[in-house]
Amino acid sequence: MRKFAAEKSRNLLAHREIFSSVLQHPTASLYSSSSHSKKSQLLLRFLNTTAAPNPSSSSESMASDYSSTPVKLDSINPKVLECEYAVRGEIVTLAQKLQEELKKNPGSHPFDEILYCNIGNPQSLGQQPITFFREVLALCDHPAILDKSETQGLFSADSIERAFQILDQIPGRATGAYSHSQGIKGLRDTIAAGIEARDGFPADPNDIFLTDGASPAVHMMMQLLTRSKNDGILCPIPQYPLYSASIALHGGTLVPYYLDEATGWGLEISDLKNQLETAKSKGISVRALVVINPGNPTGQVLAENNQQQIVDFCKKEGLVLLADEVYQENIYVPDKQFHSFKKVARSMGYGEKDISLVSFQSVSKGYYGECGKRGGYMEVTGFSPEIREQIYKVASVNLCSNISGQILASLIMNPPKVGDESYESYSAEKDAILSSLARRAKKLEEALNGLEGVTCNRAEGAMYLFPRIELPKKAIEAANAVNTAPDTFYARRLLNATGIVVVPGSGFGQVPGTWHFRCTILPQEDRIPAIISRLTEFHKGFMDEFRG
Amino acid sequence: MSSKSLDYENLNENVKKCQYAVRGELYLRASELQKEGKKIIFTNVGNPHALGQKPLTFPRQVIALCQAPFLLDDPNVGLVFPADAVARAKYYLSMTSGGLGAYSDSRGLPGIRKEVAEFIERRDGYPSNPELIFLTDGASKGVMQILNTIIRGARDGILVPVPQYPLYSATISLLGGSLVPYYLEETANWGLDIGNLRQSVTQARSQGITVRAMVIINPGNPTGQCLSEANLKEVLKFCYENNLVLLGDEVYQQNIYQDERPFISARKVLMDMGPPMSKEVQLVSFHTVSKGYWGECGQRGGYFEMTNISPQTVEEIYKVASISLSPNVPGQIFMGLMVSPPKPGDISYERYVRESNGILESLRRRARIMTDGFNSCRNVVCNFTEGAMYSFPQIRLPPKAIEAAKRAGKVADVFYCLKLLEATGISTVPGSGFGQKEGVFHLRTTILPAEEDMPAIMASFKTFNDEFMAQYEDNGSYSRM
Repeated sequence: MRKFAAEKSRNLLAHREIFSSVLQHPTASLYSSSSHSKKSQLLLRFLNTTAAPNPSSSSESMASDYSSTPVKLDSINPKVLECEYAVRGEIVTLAQKLQEELKKNPGSHPFDEILYCNIGNPQSLGQQPITFFREVLALCDHPAILDKSETQGLFSADSIERAFQILDQIPGRATGAYSHSQGIKGLRDTIAAGIEARDGFPADPNDIFLTDGASPAVHMMMQLLTRSKNDGILCPIPQYPLYSASIALHGGTLVPYYLDEATGWGLEISDLKNQLETAKSKGISVRALVVINPGNPTGQVLAENNQQQIVDFCKKEGLVLLADEVYQENIYVPDKQFHSFKKVARSMGYGEKDISLVSFQSVSKGYYGECGKRGGYMEVTGFSPEIREQIYKVASVNLCSNISGQILASLIMNPPKVGDESYESYSAEKDAILSSLARRAKKLEEALNGLEGVTCNRAEGAMYLFPRIELPKKAIEAANAVNTAPDTFYARRLLNATGIVVVPGSGFGQVPGTWHFRCTILPQEDRIPAIISRLTEFHKGFMDEFRG
Repeated sequence: MSSKSLDYENLNENVKKCQYAVRGELYLRASELQKEGKKIIFTNVGNPHALGQKPLTFPRQVIALCQAPFLLDDPNVGLVFPADAVARAKYYLSMTSGGLGAYSDSRGLPGIRKEVAEFIERRDGYPSNPELIFLTDGASKGVMQILNTIIRGARDGILVPVPQYPLYSATISLLGGSLVPYYLEETANWGLDIGNLRQSVTQARSQGITVRAMVIINPGNPTGQCLSEANLKEVLKFCYENNLVLLGDEVYQQNIYQDERPFISARKVLMDMGPPMSKEVQLVSFHTVSKGYWGECGQRGGYFEMTNISPQTVEEIYKVASISLSPNVPGQIFMGLMVSPPKPGDISYERYVRESNGILESLRRRARIMTDGFNSCRNVVCNFTEGAMYSFPQIRLPPKAIEAAKRAGKVADVFYCLKLLEATGISTVPGSGFGQKEGVFHLRTTILPAEEDMPAIMASFKTFNDEFMAQYEDNGSYSRM
């Protein structure tokens, strides 16, 4: 980093110098050129919903004519245009419109509320936060009350104690200060200890980068890895569209591998190999493999031997393993268990020098579901100090992640222990949430499997069901007629009829010719029967309308 | 072993090129020294709470209550929290669907965007549309989002003041665009000269660069100047004539330490100018909770407001924002509180005013102590900090010092700042991190150390500087003014 500082200061100064140096190093953005980008464009088209931008937001609201302005749709970064994020896409926009209409004019639709099953946002659907975590956060946000005796009447004793511990780890007890760009050191120590306790292998606090949720961490790694369209990232299909969007934004190429629906969304190493070879033969240099475990949107939990194969594959092929492990606490079946990739790799005897591994974790999922806090971290192992420095540098441009989110990340990795005053209430809250999620997953899955033409794998983990729908030919034709992907057509109909918001499978990618949607298991348990009956009724009507 | 994806030579070149001096070599060395037990005065980052500034009480009370909503119904809540904080917490929670724990709209909570729009209208006298306001995790994220929308490749240029806050150079570099520098004139109190701007644009164009946007930082970072209305008019006219988006970094708008030129927003000046410009010049203005008398850096709260940006482009910016789901909700509420603080008659009003005035008045005195302190040193000249949080003195380094730096493999101002750090524990940022004219050297300090520590800090700086100068000076020439 220092070397740059010197170099840069020389370059920045003279106009002539800077221009010539820029022109000598044109960046690798090959967006406008060449045939090899065709494949990825095709892929993107296939990943995207085909719908046009939302017509309701077009220009009538503003009087000005934008034809001569510098930032127009045809002159913005084409990578921005290219990327798509269906979880908040067309269907959600429609849902927001319907919600407004319902507010203005109750009774204007055949339902009285919108049920957002599009996004893993548990607390927006009524899930309560874990009390202990919130007590500690409140005290850290307002440390002035820690010494007041009245505070003891409002807060549990161990939350007060924990807040003191955390504040003592923050230089000057200043929760309003920027922290170290990797996050507060004491909190990283706590997180490392938590990882160690989970895995049984040591973790180094210097490997941990705290981030505003897991998404910015994923972006950072994509930015680091992607030099041009010729750089590929292996991603599961179906995938969480953060990956396709981030790859598109950074100008790389998504190399798909397919999860096998017939074997519970299994990951076949032979398919990985095939896809890698195909990509290589097209001149793509594949740099990393993304694995989401437990799966999003597919809900499978990988078996340990499958993980071992993946680790070996990455090691052999020199790929960085990007392990999205944000659902590690969300396991709903007794026959499956979460194993971190780090634990698997270390158990195989692979150390720091053998495999480059990044593990992403978030405060948004699990039993805590604290999405609004934007807390998360990545644990980065198997990277040279030079690379670490580059990651640190990029993190430092954004100064640091939000402190409240950092504190929460330390809390989820170090919750109350047996014997602590809050342990009982904490574990009762946690168990209630997780066991209810398991029941909801089961009920919804059974209901979906009871519908004509619908098959649905069980949600072993995560927060979603991803049923496959056998759409009648007539429905596909009707969708084509309005220039809409058939699964988007179905999701739109479902929303208009029931107020239930799901995300069409095309937003995640699916085997061509198959159709799915993603539905969260997050509506409160007492609402599930009503959702099932509305869904069932809609589906019957839909099939009746379009059945051959 | 075969070449691995993350071997240094295989990294994205844009990542390698980018740099961010505020947390660069000096900062890392300072951290090392601190670990070794040396007392370090961190003046490298505008991070007020790290230097002992206390948070304003009212916003912290509201946020604590939002974090722990179960307190709101506790009959004893009044023993610890004032009633207006309780009411405000309830108000903000009612805006959310799921409190602080739920993702909000990717643009931020609609209710808070409305509060921001009302604040802008009160400030500028022109209505503002909440639909064109996006809340962000600090202003930096907003700058990155907007630059990412603008920059298509190496031939897209962004006009950036030099000296500049390195967020801009780092982000442009990460995104693979071209930084087109324009120089602020130190001898004219870091004024912005339109002739110089024109020259920069012409030169860039002759190199095949399409200049697409211009950044202004007002009040200036690191230079501390406040732009006049007349100067802002010239800038806007220039953007109009050259078809540039103006990016107005206005995060220091509360930090004004003189009375001749109060803060005036680029948007107000633009609206005052009337059509066609007020209808056509594209402007994005940035604000944050990290600066001002708030200084809530750790919360990562900010917003940007777009003017004359087409709805389709706004949609695209929304889409990209949605990939990151939402800005952090506590940070959003801090922003709401900042733009809508307690009003006269509220229980917490007096305390709020007392605390915020106390901070601002002290900053004003510190700005003065620091400028005067630097100007009393040998070979140091410093413009007065009219606004923002920094002092940016020029250090006229003797040729011998420059040679010594060269021998040590350092840029001369890095060399000086490292010596300063080792001798005094004062951690500054060398001017080369911000850009400066060739052969001219500066350093940046914040004006944030506690007021009572200021005289001692300036005295220790003076002692160091005088010794340094004595060591390297002979009768020869200096680095030029």
